[in-house]
Amino acid sequence: MTGHMLVQIPLLAAIGILACRLLPARWQGALLVAAGGAIPCVLLAVFASSYWMLPRALDAALTNPLAEAVKFTSLPVLVGLPLALAWKQFSAIGRGLVLTNYSSMLAVLGWLYIAAPMRVCNGYLVGQQVGVGWLMVELAVLIFAGWLATLFVGGAPVAVDKVDKLDQSQRASRT
Amino acid sequence: MKFRRSVVAAALVILLGCGVLWWSTDGLTAFTAETARRADVLRSPRRLPPVVLEDQDGRAFRLQDYQGQLLAVEFIYTRCPTLCRSLGMAFRQIRDRVPQQALGRDFALLSISFDPDRDDRTSLKAYGRAYGADGTRWRIARVRSAADLKPLLEAFGIIVIADGQGGFEHNAAIHLVGRDGRLAEISDLDEAVPFATSLAASL
Repeated sequence: MTGHMLVQIPLLAAIGILACRLLPARWQGALLVAAGGAIPCVLLAVFASSYWMLPRALDAALTNPLAEAVKFTSLPVLVGLPLALAWKQFSAIGRGLVLTNYSSMLAVLGWLYIAAPMRVCNGYLVGQQVGVGWLMVELAVLIFAGWLATLFVGGAPVAVDKVDKLDQSQRASRT
Repeated sequence: MKFRRSVVAAALVILLGCGVLWWSTDGLTAFTAETARRADVLRSPRRLPPVVLEDQDGRAFRLQDYQGQLLAVEFIYTRCPTLCRSLGMAFRQIRDRVPQQALGRDFALLSISFDPDRDDRTSLKAYGRAYGADGTRWRIARVRSAADLKPLLEAFGIIVIADGQGGFEHNAAIHLVGRDGRLAEISDLDEAVPFATSLAASL
């Protein structure tokens, strides 16, 4: 269960992100414009990932080959790709929103899996379910902490030649 | 212009997204496969495969032989430490609460083992004895040929996984096969008494 939920599914989304980065910039731009901007992209990614958080969807992917095929195509195309397209458009606040949103979804789902009185997935054992629940909560905390850390760490140091140019222009204005 | 397209696209995504989530959870009612299978069976009773079963006395029969009667079915394996005990107890409760004259005539019970390799007639008999199954009106059975197990489990929606310790974990429920031989209702294990009461009403 851990392998399926926490490795395979994020990897599939990561493939979508990578694929987007590999596309020529013009295509990325065209896709973004066709989608209507960053917000519809993020909304699409959120809905698509919500679907794959349903225990039913995971069970279906295990037993039904069509569902598994849908999983392998929808995760990269409907989650990874739109997220990658929208990411560059977002400021720190936007990115923070997306990250905290995902982190909280993960935490709630993890808690549900821990606290559920019965197995939610027919395809997995109870012990696996609780284990995955804890891993999800830990992952959510990590993502949140990681994002928090980026708030405290400063941006990249200003490039040296920029400083020189600044110096020169200041000297020029003084004289 | 760009803003309008953004709004339209966002609205479309929200509409489609909510639609897909609504459809895939049967109107936000079934989030797990187990709930979904139970609701599905209630909506459209399922045909069952004509597999040959063998009971604890070696008699061969099919599920279809019970047509005309109501049949309660559960899936067990005799080595089960916990869950199948609850299943056995649930069946005993149901058997005790059903009017005695209907038993055998209008209603029967069937416990089917999904471990036919290890559950032989002796184990099935022992299981039956432990719960007071009389072997006629409440039979403990297994599939005769191992190839029939998969279609049977699939028809009922039972998923069995090995738990790594020689046992199995499986979704457990009480199934009701209607008089027409179709699977009509799946009831929770903890609700044996309400099941028996509503059953008694329709006998």
